[in-house]
Amino acid sequence: MTRIVVVGVGGQGVLFASKVISEAALADGKNAVMSEVHGMAQRGGVVMCNICVGCIESSLVGDAEADIIFAFEPMEAYRALPKANKGTRFVTSTSKVVPVVVSIGKQKYPDINAMFDEIKSITPKLTAVDADKLAIQAGSYVAANSVLLGALAGTAECPVSLEKMKEALKNTVPPKMLDINMKAFQLGYAAAQGL
Amino acid sequence: MSQLLSKEKGKKMFLLGNEAIVRGSLEAGLDFAACYPGTPSSEIGNTFYEIGKEANVYFEFSTNEKVAMEVAAAASACGLRSMTFMKHVGLNVAADAFMTVAYTGVRGGFVIISADDPGCHSSQNEQDNRYYARIAKVPMLEPVNAQEAKEMTHFAFKMSEEIGMPVMLRTTTRLNHVRGAVVTGELGPQRGKGHFDKDPKKFVTIPSHARVDHVLLLERMARALAISEKSEFNSIIDMGGSEYGVITSGVAYNYVADVMAAAGIKGKILKLGMTWPLPEKMMKEFIKSVDKIVIAEEGEPLLENEVLALAKEANPKVRVYGKRSGHFSVMGEYDPDVMKAGFSKITGKDLMPKGVHKPSMEIPVRPPSLCPGCPHRSTYYAAKRALKQNFKEAIFSSDIGCYTLGIQDPMNTADFLLCMGSSVDAAGGFSKATDQPVLAYLGDSTFFHSGIHGVVNAVYNRHKFVYTILDNRTTAMTGHQPNPGMGTDGRGNPAPMVSIEDIIKGCGVDFIRTVDTSDIKEMQKAYEDALAHDKLAVIIAKRECVLLEVRARKKSGDFKTWQINQEECKKCQVCIKTWGCPAIYLAEDGTVHINEGICNGCGICAKVCPFKAIHENTEARK
Repeated sequence: MTRIVVVGVGGQGVLFASKVISEAALADGKNAVMSEVHGMAQRGGVVMCNICVGCIESSLVGDAEADIIFAFEPMEAYRALPKANKGTRFVTSTSKVVPVVVSIGKQKYPDINAMFDEIKSITPKLTAVDADKLAIQAGSYVAANSVLLGALAGTAECPVSLEKMKEALKNTVPPKMLDINMKAFQLGYAAAQGL
Repeated sequence: MSQLLSKEKGKKMFLLGNEAIVRGSLEAGLDFAACYPGTPSSEIGNTFYEIGKEANVYFEFSTNEKVAMEVAAAASACGLRSMTFMKHVGLNVAADAFMTVAYTGVRGGFVIISADDPGCHSSQNEQDNRYYARIAKVPMLEPVNAQEAKEMTHFAFKMSEEIGMPVMLRTTTRLNHVRGAVVTGELGPQRGKGHFDKDPKKFVTIPSHARVDHVLLLERMARALAISEKSEFNSIIDMGGSEYGVITSGVAYNYVADVMAAAGIKGKILKLGMTWPLPEKMMKEFIKSVDKIVIAEEGEPLLENEVLALAKEANPKVRVYGKRSGHFSVMGEYDPDVMKAGFSKITGKDLMPKGVHKPSMEIPVRPPSLCPGCPHRSTYYAAKRALKQNFKEAIFSSDIGCYTLGIQDPMNTADFLLCMGSSVDAAGGFSKATDQPVLAYLGDSTFFHSGIHGVVNAVYNRHKFVYTILDNRTTAMTGHQPNPGMGTDGRGNPAPMVSIEDIIKGCGVDFIRTVDTSDIKEMQKAYEDALAHDKLAVIIAKRECVLLEVRARKKSGDFKTWQINQEECKKCQVCIKTWGCPAIYLAEDGTVHINEGICNGCGICAKVCPFKAIHENTEARK
């Protein structure tokens, strides 16, 4: 049984990536239930998906129950901390998406190193990759979610095989973007393995 | 071909709850469907929009939920299997028709789906529409997962036809937006065209007929009760004992089952799937067989009230734990932690998760906001420029749609909101009750839904305010569904384009100005003139939703983002403090930048910048 919390900002492809993971789990012969977020929250707000692989009934992950916290944005990884326990694997992007309240100077974006230190005080298992940089290296900004999927596949806690994950990604991305996304996936995978 | 149309029986698909509902209706041989989009039900309509033609289902986006209910009820009266679906508050709009279609009864199976939203994920309230089944005297089913959503939808059509009355399927956000494995059944045979056999005694609800209809309605509900007593959707799950008897319905069941199993709480669960009329005999037997009863239901204590009444007779000494006893709340969405907290209090065992770590640093909020390049931002910006120092006094009467996000900093252009169409109606009230400037805002789809009668009222009663229709050529918030102004219908066919201007003109408004929102100067001038007008003034702020526009520009390879020239930038932060595009940000060193990853290339920030420091990139972005 693996409980995954996927977090990010509306428009980053959280739903897309969650679907890839769930489809890969099903193709791997495992039961998967996924809770999505639609509507208002997709307009630049916080987006959270819950995926339960091989679980019983619930589609939601309770506090301290997450086996994996998969974050598309570092502050959102930190916000999800109550879902973590001492064995949780964090996979997160280090690329910030600055909220408007910070842009207009009303609130401050927390220091990334301080956030990561606090996460590491709960669990040592933190995989942080510069998803935007690797995506551009692969050929496009928009492939950042494939970089992160690759990084997730590169961790021991990922409940689905590398092969099934690649296959699910291939089935989900538009053919025109396939090469860029597969390259991005590989870069993310290598980054996670190298950490 | 969509996988939902697969003829294969026994195929395992990974479906969204809303897609499972569509599959269930196709397995029941659905002929006819109508809706107005509303989250969390939106993807049901979106799916029919995609597959309607291929599935040979007549599908339309009706102008509002009441219209959809009546259109679909007529199809059912002609013997077709028919369905309408809406978010919980949509049923308020359709309630007038809904109450009486219960009286007339139906011919072809007629299923009404109410998608409730505990927790207000995307709604203005968390009303519990299980009440509607009780007020209208209509049977109700409540699924717990995607598989059951498919099965219950199918069953709802059969039951509706068997007893001759509409059947409600009530879902909640967590069911609509869950994705899980669904095993297919066979696609049902369809009827195609129906025929209306006249029967005024049944279908014309004049008082003398309505009195008789009410008697017939009670007879039908008696038959529904017999179905409920025997329904396999009402079942008892053994959890190894009889200490705790949990009575539950909807997604709350999932959390109960997991928490009891994990914590080793002994008892049994009465899982209710057909929740109106309730299987009273079955419930009484269950109440008799346990020592303590726990009621786990999201929303209002409806099951709890029924159980308390039944327990008086069946087992007066039984202890009932629920909302009335303070163990659960009527507010918010349930989740595993809510269930653990409730069972901790009830059993006296600490079931709460250990070692939960709350972040020690303050985390900035990230509310949803108008997208980069959103045409609504230009409209609000221009209105504020025209109002100048009067902005603080001006009342912005808002509506349901993306434009409500004008409430956020730095725009602050939403002061009042009740429901679909309240912007224009309430603006009339504000204009008579005060001497403040009043501005009403609503979108094109919302205008067709319930923004027209307010214009008639304002002209007739001589209200003075500025009414802006934010015509972004789509129904954006719920996922870009077509509307009557767009020239496309619910099956993707070309359709007559209904003109907003002509409607406004027809109502007798003498100030109508249509402006492209990207022309900030022209927009500001329109507001200056409209505010000076002595009667209702209408501005149509016209420009396609940026998300659609960008999609088209990317396809044609003509998509360019903008950037700030750091030498020309004087760091005045006008672009941040008054324009507030999420793509523009202040770096820690005080310099201002554009996040090109999310810039949608509208370029209006360049017009807003007093120092002309923002420029378009020369190369198209990949």
